[in-house]
Amino acid sequence: MGMTITEKILAKASGKAKVEPGENVWLNVDILMTHDVCGPPTISIWKREFGGDAKIWDKDKLVIFPDHYIFTKNPQANRNVEILREFARQYDIENYYDAGTDRYKGVCHIALAEEGYNIPGTILFGTDSHTCTSGAFGMFSTGVGNTDAAFILGTGKIWEKIPESMKFVFHGKLPSFLTAKDLILRILGDITTDGATYRAMEFDGEAVFSLSVDERMTLTNMAIEAGAMNGIIAADSVIENYVHERTNKPYEIFNSDNDAKYRQVYEYDVSGMEPFVAKPHSPDNLDTVRNVQGTKLTKCYIGSCTGGKLSDFVSAAKLLFGNKAAVPTFVVPASTAVANQLEIETINGISLKEIFENAGCVIAQSSCAACLGGPMDTIGRAVDGETIISTTNRNFPGRMGSKKAAVYLASPLTVAASAITGVITDPRDFF
Amino acid sequence: MDKIIKGKIFVLGDNIDTDQIIPAEHLVYSLSDPEESKNYGKHALSGVPLSKAGLPAGGIPFIKNGSSESEYNIVIAGSNFGCGSSREHAPFALKVAGVKAVIAESYARIFYRNSVDGGFIIPYESIQKINDSISTGDEIEIDLMNNTLKHIESGKSFNLRPLGDILPIIEAGNIFEYARKSGMMG
Ligand code: SF4
Repeated sequence: MGMTITEKILAKASGKAKVEPGENVWLNVDILMTHDVCGPPTISIWKREFGGDAKIWDKDKLVIFPDHYIFTKNPQANRNVEILREFARQYDIENYYDAGTDRYKGVCHIALAEEGYNIPGTILFGTDSHTCTSGAFGMFSTGVGNTDAAFILGTGKIWEKIPESMKFVFHGKLPSFLTAKDLILRILGDITTDGATYRAMEFDGEAVFSLSVDERMTLTNMAIEAGAMNGIIAADSVIENYVHERTNKPYEIFNSDNDAKYRQVYEYDVSGMEPFVAKPHSPDNLDTVRNVQGTKLTKCYIGSCTGGKLSDFVSAAKLLFGNKAAVPTFVVPASTAVANQLEIETINGISLKEIFENAGCVIAQSSCAACLGGPMDTIGRAVDGETIISTTNRNFPGRMGSKKAAVYLASPLTVAASAITGVITDPRDFF
Repeated sequence: MDKIIKGKIFVLGDNIDTDQIIPAEHLVYSLSDPEESKNYGKHALSGVPLSKAGLPAGGIPFIKNGSSESEYNIVIAGSNFGCGSSREHAPFALKVAGVKAVIAESYARIFYRNSVDGGFIIPYESIQKINDSISTGDEIEIDLMNNTLKHIESGKSFNLRPLGDILPIIEAGNIFEYARKSGMMG
């Protein structure tokens, strides 16, 4: 019996020739990533458990991105960034990207890719559930809590149960009015928010390999919304080129064997699909955009590690070009690199930034912002009674702020189309 | 490890995500400062829409105004408890509020690991659905040796899934104690 890509990577990291789903193994971790919300408690648990002269197992393998609560006056949130700053200074952490400096990057999962930390065949743990995003690079990546992260910080090791794999194959050519977001929403509708709990979600098929790196990250990013341990796409030449441009670290490409075992295989033909939304209050509350079109909106939001990448803004700008947003519309680039690209990328000679400005959008600084609500002064935060359409990843009650707000999740094309009309709108109306 | 956990239950539905267990605006408080960390207890489960808090009736706040401890020390829920973000603040908040154990049909992976590895609460899985046949405020007894739950008033008993692989970590107290015992940590 062959192995899946996830099993092969976990076997290598646990020093075994073969692993089987259900088996508990100790893994050697290649990169540990943390941020301003979970970094400070991770550090304090690490100090508590490893004592005053605690040593980091390998400080070059620790990467810290303050990204969640950056542009806020909240004193405790600012204190958290100060704790990270002091820690990075004391322990001489090179891979610390301080807020308020020109090293600041923005949302960790996108910055990990941009800064060359995503390497095919390696193992990444992060104190954030969307750490699964990095699986788009043919690597194993998953989220853990502060305690597990503190354990890794001191030992470089962690236990995991080898997950069963589920495969999602997308055939056909993706129509121009669809994006990876529609595909992952469709999967969530089919398997629900616990449909992949403790499992690996592997994406395959020509439609997946035709996607850009950004778009592949949208698929793996939302694997956690189905409860998955990791999402993964085998690395191909598109990924290799992206990695080569950023790092010369060695990498290893793994592929699933033809006789690998899957718990389930789902096959889709993308050529017949239509744009989807997740209705309030769960990412698996699937419907077609057509079925909810006309729903009145108070706000549109384009941002986060799911929907704030360059490809998301290119999609949104295509529709917003020459149009005005009919409701307040927030543009939140996931990273500072994406924010810079908004000024460089053009459509018909006009930069994406100008397109959004001309449409009357509010362009915010790069961070997690209202994706997770955050402190009360967070830009774009949902308030009572709002109806929002967003390119983010979760719409559980209160996720974007008020529990009395209704949030629809959709692709950047659907959000842009809806911004123009002020009601939920099928992007096909603009094609 | 206690062999018996006795107490008053708070009943919830399916898919209680970590934003409902502890809303994101509260994640700024220190978890290591004993006084400041009481804020987590104070806001535990405050993100659950009130109509769905304290089933079957609903409308029951888990925490009474101003307090940081709940009168309920066991949470009974449906499937996929703790889904969503990786915040360890979630099982921590339940612990600060006085919760000893959660009994749900299933858990999201990160919440489950955090509960066990951090030694915050015991995450038991029920074998059958129980959150629809038991009411907030009822007294129950969990027998950790026999993996059963007894409803005191009716005397009815339910089986729980044995803790399995995680039992040694729970018995040790947390992942660090477990690693020390098994010689993985100095
Ligand atoms: S953008 Fe949203 S989902 Fe992504 S890391 Fe930040 S809070 Fe989490």
